[in-house]
Amino acid sequence: MTHRKAAVLGGNRIPFARSNKEYAHASNQDMLTSALDGLVARHGLAGQRLGEVAGGAVLKHSKDINLTREAVLGSALSPETPAFDLGQACATGLEAVVSIAGKIKLGQIDSGIAGGVDSASDAPIVVSEELRSILLELSRAKSVPQRLKTLSRLRPADLAPQAPTTGEARTGKSMGEHQALSTADWGITRQAQDELAAASHAKLAAAWDRGFFDDLVTPFLGVTRDTNLRPDSTVEKLAGLKTVFGNSLPVEPTMTAGNSTPLTDGASTVLLGSEEWAAEQGLTPLAYIVDAEAAAVDFVDGAEGLLMAPAHAVPRLLARNGLTFADFDVFEIHEAFAATVLCHLAAWESEEYCRDVLGLPAALGPIDRERLNPLGSSLAAGHPFAATGGRIIASVSKHLAETGKRRALVSICAAGGQGLTAIVEGARA
Amino acid sequence: MSDRYISVVNGPLKGIVKSLGLPAPVELRRFDPADPRHGYLTEPILVVGPAASADPIAELLLGADFEVVRTATPGQRYSAIIGVFTGIDDPSELGPTALAIGAGIKQLARCGRIVTIAEAAGLTPEEAAGTTAAANAARNAVTGITRSLAHEMRAGATANGIVLDGVDVLAPSAVSALWFLLSAKSAYVSGQFLTVDSARGTAVTAREFAATRTSGAEGAAPLAGRTAVVTGAARGIGASIAGTLARDGARVIGVDVPAAGDSLARTMNGIGGVALQLDITAPDAAATIAAQVRGPIDILVHNAGITRDKLLANMDGARWDSVIAVNIASQLRINSGLTELGAWGEHPHVVSLASTSGIAGNRGQTNYAASKAGVIGLAAGAAAEFAALGGTINAVAPGFIETEMTAKMPVLTRELARRVSSLQQGGTPQDVAEAIAYLASDAAGGINGRVLRVCGQNMVGA
Repeated sequence: MTHRKAAVLGGNRIPFARSNKEYAHASNQDMLTSALDGLVARHGLAGQRLGEVAGGAVLKHSKDINLTREAVLGSALSPETPAFDLGQACATGLEAVVSIAGKIKLGQIDSGIAGGVDSASDAPIVVSEELRSILLELSRAKSVPQRLKTLSRLRPADLAPQAPTTGEARTGKSMGEHQALSTADWGITRQAQDELAAASHAKLAAAWDRGFFDDLVTPFLGVTRDTNLRPDSTVEKLAGLKTVFGNSLPVEPTMTAGNSTPLTDGASTVLLGSEEWAAEQGLTPLAYIVDAEAAAVDFVDGAEGLLMAPAHAVPRLLARNGLTFADFDVFEIHEAFAATVLCHLAAWESEEYCRDVLGLPAALGPIDRERLNPLGSSLAAGHPFAATGGRIIASVSKHLAETGKRRALVSICAAGGQGLTAIVEGARA
Repeated sequence: MSDRYISVVNGPLKGIVKSLGLPAPVELRRFDPADPRHGYLTEPILVVGPAASADPIAELLLGADFEVVRTATPGQRYSAIIGVFTGIDDPSELGPTALAIGAGIKQLARCGRIVTIAEAAGLTPEEAAGTTAAANAARNAVTGITRSLAHEMRAGATANGIVLDGVDVLAPSAVSALWFLLSAKSAYVSGQFLTVDSARGTAVTAREFAATRTSGAEGAAPLAGRTAVVTGAARGIGASIAGTLARDGARVIGVDVPAAGDSLARTMNGIGGVALQLDITAPDAAATIAAQVRGPIDILVHNAGITRDKLLANMDGARWDSVIAVNIASQLRINSGLTELGAWGEHPHVVSLASTSGIAGNRGQTNYAASKAGVIGLAAGAAAEFAALGGTINAVAPGFIETEMTAKMPVLTRELARRVSSLQQGGTPQDVAEAIAYLASDAAGGINGRVLRVCGQNMVGA
């Protein structure tokens, strides 16, 4: 069975902003709608019915059951454009791209938008499990004495709301503490992490300065650039920050607020379509979504690091496509933490790990650092969880088109010990 | 932004305003696609002038289903008076036509029109060569009649002229100029002249002139099938230009700086256009525009502009340079860039935003006035080049227009700016946009290298 190609035709996001700042009062729906509207305007799609829009958010209110569809209804797209929500933690945005691309390849749709949004500011607050239980019991009570008896179980402590956390449900550890374990295991140095963080800021700042984002970002609420970006960030400045994760481990802690991503608000979208649809619209493909592979690891009992799943996904993706690292011009590895990227690189360079853990005959090998995150990544841009996939796909697709480069590997780690990786090929190579 | 004075003087205080002799502006008649009269008034049109000259105009109007009369009758209301002064060789021959216009003025309808039609006078020895001094005097005299009439107009009426420079009175653009001046599209144009110097351009009927995307047959709108690029399209006058071009059938690519991208997206989504975030001062702006448009550019409206006001004694290089770069240098670079790229359509029409400041000058605006006067020079200077491309380039100079920008002016300055025009009020972005949409149409193909003021005959620069 021959499949059609799924082309990336463009992207749009709002500038990412550190949480509880400029977008403190914007909802997920506000941000996703705005990102959609910018995409629609850039490609002249007002009033058009697209095949489908996929999107999601990690921190999601229960009322936002139809978040993406509601955003479509509030946008300039035809109200006859269907939409669905999906979720895979931080891989949500990339999973949306893969999902829409898959439907296009199968001929189920000709066009679609993949999106993602997250607000750590306008986050859902949940009542305590005890209060929830009491309230539900109350709704089932039939008589006044029954109601009073139920209410009598209520204690002041039950009234305290539960704020969302980035803690893992099964271990109770925060993501940073999980990463700190891997960072220690792989012996990733503070210096290496700070160098990666400084490079991320420098590269993203350079991209902004040369207008790279002029056709990838639309301002929102007066914000015109990613607010986490520190163009003057240096290894020396980063070296002065105190460590925030791994402080209780027996080894020297290395992870700081500077080499970890901050909580961020933002939304991103990617326009995808078949080549025929693109031609009808007068749009030129930037790149193609070729293949994707997800992986999950058993992090609960400590057999593998929480954020190490991409290390497992990549060799499977390469094998299926008959490719090696040498076949890639660009590596987009999401910087959840600088150490996450460095752990992945170390793992692929380790003969022992690749043989014993990944079951490969030999090490996958090193990655040319010149090809790693050429436009900076989440350490500089920030990381609104579900919006990161769309940010990366739109940026790397334009980068491939602009440089005439051939192929990029995209890798995103996610909570729950998961990871999603994809191959993107330039349309103008 | 709203002019409260207009609603007050047309409300309960009408009598007091009249007895005190205060300015009495009226709400102007503006073009609305839903208007069953297509923007024209229903009362008859009075056509005056020597029979040989005026007859073709009367026949043209009759053919367009207007009611036409040749002499004023007491008690009759007129939607317009057209004074045809062609074929006059001596100032002594002006009287009958001028007085015939005068006989109908008191019967002119609210927001009525006076249009004079005359041959072009030469204003330099070279231009005047071949014309007798008496004939040249008579021709130029008509401008004095027209401008003075504009000052005498009341109740939203306007007076404008069509100047024929070597072309027949029924040349396509002379006819379309007449439709424009009779139409509600010229609501805020008064005391101005449209000079037609070529028989080029597409002939349109009065009805075709008023067609829009939503009215009439498919493809009948004046700009149907045309691709238009509008700079500074996010807000204000630019947004209105984009909307008006889209209304008239064009596919619009709106350009604005990346920082205005959210407004631009909203405006473009509202009109089904395409948003292009671009700094027009970028050296490769023309290439970026051409790449985005992916096809011939039929219309380019240079609307983007900035002000950085300072008295010249206090002016710094940054203020001066940024205004020149955005308001004039970018236009020159983009025009020539698109020409080099072969990006123009078959009949490209370029319209640049000038300003009455560029005509009259303005304290604190040496840089801005330089750029806007420069735009007028640019249009004249590039006219031959665009004629060779089969197109036109013109400038439109707005006077006081009610926008977010002018809403921030000090109250008294704003009030004065509104009332010193013959229409005694500010214009709207739509007024500017209508003039631009007309000049951007093939029907105006015989108007090239000119500047049209949309200022309500503001005293500034008059």
